[in-house]
Amino acid sequence: MDFLQKLFAREHSGSGDVNTSAAEKDYPSVLSSLPPGLTVAKISDIGQIRERNEDSYLAMDVTLQNDDGLAPLGLYIVADGMGGHQKGEVASSLAAQVSAHHIVQDVFLPFLSADEQNSSRRPINEALIQSVQAANLAVYQQAPEAGTTLTMALIFGHKAYIAHVGDSRAYIFSQATLRQITQDHSLVARLVELGQATPEEALTHTHRNVLYRAIGQAGALEVDTYLQPFPVGSCLLICSDGLWGMVPDEELADILTYAPTPQLALEQMVTAANHRGGDDNITAVLVFMGEA
Amino acid sequence: MDTLHLQGATESEEASPGLDEAILPKGAILQNRYEIVKVLGLGGMGAVYQSRDLRFTGVTRLCALKEMTSTTPDPQVRRLAIQNFEREANILASLNHLAIPKISDYFTEGIRSYLVLEYVEGEDLEALMGDTEQMLPQERVVDWAIQICEVLSYLHSQDPPIIFRDMKPSNIMLRPPNHIVLIDFGIARIFESGQKGTMIGTEGYSPPEQYRGIANPQGDIYALGATLHHLLTRRDPRLEPPFTFHEEPPRLLNPVLSEELEAVIIKALEYEPEKRYTSAADMKDALIQCLGENSREQKPSHAVGSHPTATQRVAPKAKDLPTAMTPQVPSDTGILPIWEFRCEDEVRSSPVVADGAVYVGAYDNNLYALDARTGEFQWKYPTEGGIAATPFVWNDRVLIGSEDRLLYAISTGTGRILWTCPTEGRIRSSARVEFEHAFFGSDDYHLYAVNAHSGRVVWRFESLGPIRSTPIVGDEIVYVGSEDNHLYAIDLQSGAQKWKFRTNRGITSSPTLHNGLVIFGSSDWNVYALDERSGWIIWRTRTNQMVISSPRILDGVVYIGSADGCLYALDATSGRQIWKYDAGSQIVSNPAVTENAAYLGTIGGDVISVDAKSGKERWRFTTQGKVTSSPFIYEGVLYIGSTDHKVYALPE
Repeated sequence: MDFLQKLFAREHSGSGDVNTSAAEKDYPSVLSSLPPGLTVAKISDIGQIRERNEDSYLAMDVTLQNDDGLAPLGLYIVADGMGGHQKGEVASSLAAQVSAHHIVQDVFLPFLSADEQNSSRRPINEALIQSVQAANLAVYQQAPEAGTTLTMALIFGHKAYIAHVGDSRAYIFSQATLRQITQDHSLVARLVELGQATPEEALTHTHRNVLYRAIGQAGALEVDTYLQPFPVGSCLLICSDGLWGMVPDEELADILTYAPTPQLALEQMVTAANHRGGDDNITAVLVFMGEA
Repeated sequence: MDTLHLQGATESEEASPGLDEAILPKGAILQNRYEIVKVLGLGGMGAVYQSRDLRFTGVTRLCALKEMTSTTPDPQVRRLAIQNFEREANILASLNHLAIPKISDYFTEGIRSYLVLEYVEGEDLEALMGDTEQMLPQERVVDWAIQICEVLSYLHSQDPPIIFRDMKPSNIMLRPPNHIVLIDFGIARIFESGQKGTMIGTEGYSPPEQYRGIANPQGDIYALGATLHHLLTRRDPRLEPPFTFHEEPPRLLNPVLSEELEAVIIKALEYEPEKRYTSAADMKDALIQCLGENSREQKPSHAVGSHPTATQRVAPKAKDLPTAMTPQVPSDTGILPIWEFRCEDEVRSSPVVADGAVYVGAYDNNLYALDARTGEFQWKYPTEGGIAATPFVWNDRVLIGSEDRLLYAISTGTGRILWTCPTEGRIRSSARVEFEHAFFGSDDYHLYAVNAHSGRVVWRFESLGPIRSTPIVGDEIVYVGSEDNHLYAIDLQSGAQKWKFRTNRGITSSPTLHNGLVIFGSSDWNVYALDERSGWIIWRTRTNQMVISSPRILDGVVYIGSADGCLYALDATSGRQIWKYDAGSQIVSNPAVTENAAYLGTIGGDVISVDAKSGKERWRFTTQGKVTSSPFIYEGVLYIGSTDHKVYALPE
């Protein structure tokens, strides 16, 4: 922590007035220099303990500027695989690929077609759920010994559509506040809800890694979906538990407020997670919505 | 080797790779005494075998061999585990109960330790549930539960008390004809090593406090409650978020269960141990109370079919002035109108209340203004055609369209005409005023934007069918449905189309805006939510008939009726159904919603109030005609019209 404070302090004084004014504003300093539409940073780090990196991420976006203005469309996925014999990384990668494939078919290709809007198009909420269920089936069939979390955000028209299974997380940072959007499908999350464990205890609980819902499970899979406004100045963070389990939310918010670029923000987050032990793989995708 | 994937029968990766080869073959002999007959089951710690005790040569004496493999590489830790195992085995050897298998021996060979147990013939309750898809009979399950309480009482009364800790259907054997035997006394737990890495799957039956390392009799009571919940509802708690039994009380899933039994299960499943039964004996007493009390038939919450007579007592005379009256006979559920007002023809228009006055149109061509408190007639304005549209009150005027093709602006104070706006078709769409402009549709296929002060047309937008839907104004965009199957988004300033969305049938339902979504129904049976900027479809929920009704949204919940007879409550961001209420008759009217209740009218003639959270009927008032009019709630009073010619004011 001291180390980080020093790190930030140095950057703070180094860029002088720019950072001071940024701190007074209600949005990240990086925004002042962002191009229009979506700006994306990604990172994946093995951490300090694990021998393999079982996390996967996927990012893709298109931007259309026309008479109606700017229409960004982006898809971002983080998956944290589990299961021995190197199957964890197979599961996480497979889940990211299969779900993205479905979203490309159901959302990206129609976006690029000139067809009028009509009811035969697959609704976005349905497309999200079906893409995650398809990933579940693929992992169940092709990597039966393994499983993975899957947190997906589709950004479109100043809204973020989020689909989620497991204990990776999606956060939205807006007006200097970091909000956790997804709910962990973990035993400890339920224990915290019931008051049987404090949020602090949850981070070190012996059962903290027990999920009650994950990609790769047999039978029907329930997928949580969320619809969030994503206006100019917002920032989306999707990450595996190797980040949020190590670095407190307040610190993540600080990094987002002061980091000079999105990529540096992620690098600082990974440094912070490793500094605190790096117990697990650390993977994150960060998306800023710039001026339209 | 830092991750685990717990699922199904083969649970532990650490145990499984070498285990397959390690399963003892048929015919293998342990301790020169136990001959393996077959594998009864596989667990994370090892196998359970059926074996034959060779010391009995004349008869076939069967026993169960439970195998536990010590996986720890540390010999010190392993020695400790074996010591604990032997101590626990000795404790169990001292137990004497019909529902507990006898332990006759134990031994350790290399990294494996074995318990020699009485062989229990029969089937465990999980397997028994798998034999059928039917619900198990309540009496049978209660009988088992009572037996389990007895054996738990016995265990808990030992000194020190023995906690079973692993109550679940697969650990309960049913020995013919109907005797319960608990198996798997959790000795295996001693061999469990600390697990690292992410795992899938929870135990499902354990109480929350067990995860803090607390094991007490109340924990066994919780797990018994969880087991009974599973046995009686077939809802497998291992497939659900942990500790969510209360979200699906037993009778919700299996309505034939008695309320008494449900209460016992819910009490056993309390989060706080001190709120559960204090002892297994107490729980047994409560279960005995449930015996013989079969599920009682529920009385219907209301009787259908009787009609109030008060509404019939005034014979309509041709030239009668409309009159307000106070009915004296309550309807079947005791809802007594505060007042009713009789028009000269059907009331399909929906009342609107502003400044103490009710404005409503009728098929007798009139727009009426009534005193909201008493129903007293204030004034009426005769148009040249029937009125189906809903009035809109803006400042000092009420706007209303008529079948005579005109939109009227009428002074609220005097009932005098201020202006009219002619169209080329009948007007069934209701006007809406935003930014000093009135927007409304006409059967001449156009959406009109007119100056609300003067009635002058600013622009009109042409669709390919009559526009009967009522427009809504969002951020610089007007949204309206058309009978040409499309939902249109039109630029507020210019009247130019921004986008359109095609459904498979006409759109009479009026769109509503919520969090950047345009939500509406279509005659193609669906409710739609579109992105307000692009028209992109976000979700769609199908009903079983046309959706003419318009959505009302409160606290993120969409309330909308369908001609399939149901009122739907849907999550506004996903379209997921929260509940549906079957009114038993087509719904074309738009619901009204307050914090507590949703209100609707039906073609069958009823006005119904439904609990907003649960979807349960609160009350029902029967009129003598169809109710296509939509309820309007104002200061605790519900106003609605019926084709029985009347306008009703009902207590909310």
